[in-house]
Amino acid sequence: MLNFRLVALFSSSLCLSAALAFASPGFAQDRPTKGESTVEVSDEGREIYEQICQSCHMADAKGGGVPGAMFPALAGNARLSDKDYGSIILLKGRGGMPWFTDMLTRPQIAAVLNYVRGHFNDYHDTVTVADLDRITTANPPVPDCNCGH
Amino acid sequence: MFDQFNAPTRRDLLSMIGKVGGGAAMYQAMTVLGHAAESQFTGPPQLSGARPGASVLVLGAGLAGMLAAYELTKAGYKVKILELQDRAGGRNMTIRGGDTVTELGSVQKVNFAPGNYLNPGPWRIPHHHRTVLHYCKALGVELEPFFQLNQNTLIHRKDAFGGKPQHLRDMSIDYKGHVSELLGKALNAGALDKEVTAEDKAKLLEAMRSWGVLDKNMKFTKSDKVADQRGYERAPGGGVNGAPIPNDVSSLPDMLSSKVWDLMGFYSEYVMQGSMFQAKGGMDMIGKAFQARVGKMIRFNTRISKIAQDDKGVTATWVDAKTGAAGETKADWMVCTIPATILGQIDMQVSDTKKAAIKALPYGNSVKIGLEMKRRFWETDYAIYGGHSFTDQAIGLISYPNSKFFSEGPAVLLGAYPFGVGAYMLAGMTPEKRIETALKQGAVFHPAEYRAEYLSGASLAWSRMPWILGCCATWSEESRAAHYQDLVSMDGRIVLAGEHCSYYGCWQEGAMLSSLDAISRLHTKAMSA
Repeated sequence: MLNFRLVALFSSSLCLSAALAFASPGFAQDRPTKGESTVEVSDEGREIYEQICQSCHMADAKGGGVPGAMFPALAGNARLSDKDYGSIILLKGRGGMPWFTDMLTRPQIAAVLNYVRGHFNDYHDTVTVADLDRITTANPPVPDCNCGH
Repeated sequence: MFDQFNAPTRRDLLSMIGKVGGGAAMYQAMTVLGHAAESQFTGPPQLSGARPGASVLVLGAGLAGMLAAYELTKAGYKVKILELQDRAGGRNMTIRGGDTVTELGSVQKVNFAPGNYLNPGPWRIPHHHRTVLHYCKALGVELEPFFQLNQNTLIHRKDAFGGKPQHLRDMSIDYKGHVSELLGKALNAGALDKEVTAEDKAKLLEAMRSWGVLDKNMKFTKSDKVADQRGYERAPGGGVNGAPIPNDVSSLPDMLSSKVWDLMGFYSEYVMQGSMFQAKGGMDMIGKAFQARVGKMIRFNTRISKIAQDDKGVTATWVDAKTGAAGETKADWMVCTIPATILGQIDMQVSDTKKAAIKALPYGNSVKIGLEMKRRFWETDYAIYGGHSFTDQAIGLISYPNSKFFSEGPAVLLGAYPFGVGAYMLAGMTPEKRIETALKQGAVFHPAEYRAEYLSGASLAWSRMPWILGCCATWSEESRAAHYQDLVSMDGRIVLAGEHCSYYGCWQEGAMLSSLDAISRLHTKAMSA
C-alpha cells in the first residue's frame, strides 16, 4: 500500500496519468506546470464521482454527446452488473478514457465504483481493493466498448 | 563555383547544398554545422506534379487538415474538407465577446469587451516551433511577444509561508543561495573530496560564492549584494534617502516549502523556454489565415459516420448535423485528422493494428477560464506585465495578458489552466461554479482586487467539447512502442494526421509537422500508384 501511494503521488504530478511518458526525451506537451499536484481527491465515492467522473460522464451519469461522438452512460448500464467490468477500465483505460491508477488510490477506485454501481445502478455487491489486486494480477483484456448504451 | 581565394560562407554553402540536395540535405548539413537541430522543419514541402484529376479528401478543418489542404492544392490535387463543427480551426480557437461556448450540458454567452479574448487552446509558440512560425509569416499572421518567464510573478503553496504568495524571483534566488551555501559546506568539509579534484573543488567554491551570492564566510544572508538580485526593503532612490535597504532572505525550510524547483524545472524545459510568441488579437488568427486560403473547400456541420476504401479510392459517409441530410464524399486519397476520441467511435476500414492504435490513445483533460477585470491592477498595483503566477490549488495558475500594456479599461486574465485532478474538478462544475472557484482561488494572489474588479468570465472544459471530448492525446512510452508507428502508417489510401500523430503532442507544431509528413508520404504513394 505504501509503495502504491508513493507511486501515485509521484506520477499524478502532471497531465493525466502519463508519468512514464514524461521521462521520454521526445515527449513534449503544453501544460501549465511541472509541479506535483497537491490537489486532493476525496475518499468518499460520491465526492470522487463529482470531482473526477462527472467531468465527462456528466452529473447525472447519463453520459453525453451523440452516437459516434459520446461518453457512455454509467447510469443504468447493464455491463456494470459484472463488478470487474468498471474495475478493468479504471485500471487500464479504454479508448479516449485514461487509466486512473495515477490519479486515484485503490481504495478511491473501489469507492467510486461502488458508488456508481450502487447509486446510478442497482448493483450492491462490493468492489474491494482485493478485487482490484486480483484483476491487476490476472491482467485480463479490456472489454469492448459499449459506448452506444 | 566558389571564388578560389575566398572560403565560402556558411550561408553560401547551405544555399548550394539546398539547391543541389533539397531541403532534407540542407537540414542535415545545417545540423552538422551546428544549426537547426531544434526543429525537424525543413521548409514547406516541395510537392508538385499531382496526376491530373487526382483528389484528396481531408477530414477535419483544424490546423493539420487545413495545412494539408493548402499544400496539396498547391501540388495540384483537388481537395475537399469535411468538418463537424460550424467553424474552422479545430483547437486553434479564440473566445471573444458575443461568442457562445457550447459544451455538453451547458451554453455560455461571452461578454468580454471588444478586443479582449481568451485562447482556450494553444496560446504560446516557442521560438523553435519553426513550422508554425513559418506559416504565420507566409500567411501574414502578425505575432507578438508572449511573456513566458517573469520573475515578478508569484508562487502560492497552501503549506508555504502561511499561504502567502512569494515572488518567483525571491524563491529562485533563495534556492540558489541556500543550495550554494550547503554545497560550499560539503566541499569545505571534504565530503566531496573523492568526487572532485582539488582544482575543481576550488572552482566550485568560487562558483558557489559568486552564483549563490554568499558572504565572506560562505553564508547566504541578507546583504546589499543579495538585495541587488533579490530586491529591497527600500529600493535605491535619489537624494538624501537614496541608499537602498536590503530585504530579508527566507529560511531554508521556508524556501523548500515553496517547491520553487518545480517552476525552475518547468521554465528550463525546451518547449517552455523563451522567446515565445502569440498571434496578435488571438491565436485563431492562424486558423483564420488558413481558412482564407482553403475555406471554399470546407463543408461544415458534416458528421462522419463511416470511412471506407478500396483499390479505387476512399469514401466518407456523413450526416449533415444541422439538416440531417445524409451523403457520401469520394476521393482518390484521404488525410484523416479526426481526433482519436471520436475516430475510435467511427466505423473505419483500416487494418486491425491501426484500429488498435486509435483505441489505445486516451486524451488528457484541461480547462481554461478567462476572467475580465475592470482594470489592469496586476500592472498598476503589482508591476506584473505578463507571465504566470502558480498555485497548488485546482486552478493551477493565473496568467497575465501579453499585450496592450498600460492601457485603460477592462482586460482578460487567464484565471485557470490545470491538467490532471484540477482540470477534472473544474470541468465537472457548472460554468458559474467554475468562475466562482477561479475567483476564490485566484484571489490568493491579489486579494484586494480580484473580486472587486471582476466584470465577467468565460470557461472552456475540453472534455465537454462535443467535437473532441478531450484536450489532446496522452502517450506513454509503452503505448508509443506498441502503437505509434501503426497509427501514423499509410493504410491503403488513408493516412492520419494531427498532434496525436506526432512527438509534439498537444502543440500546434506537432499537428503541422504530422500533416506535412502525412501529405509527403501520400504524394509519394500517389505518384507511384
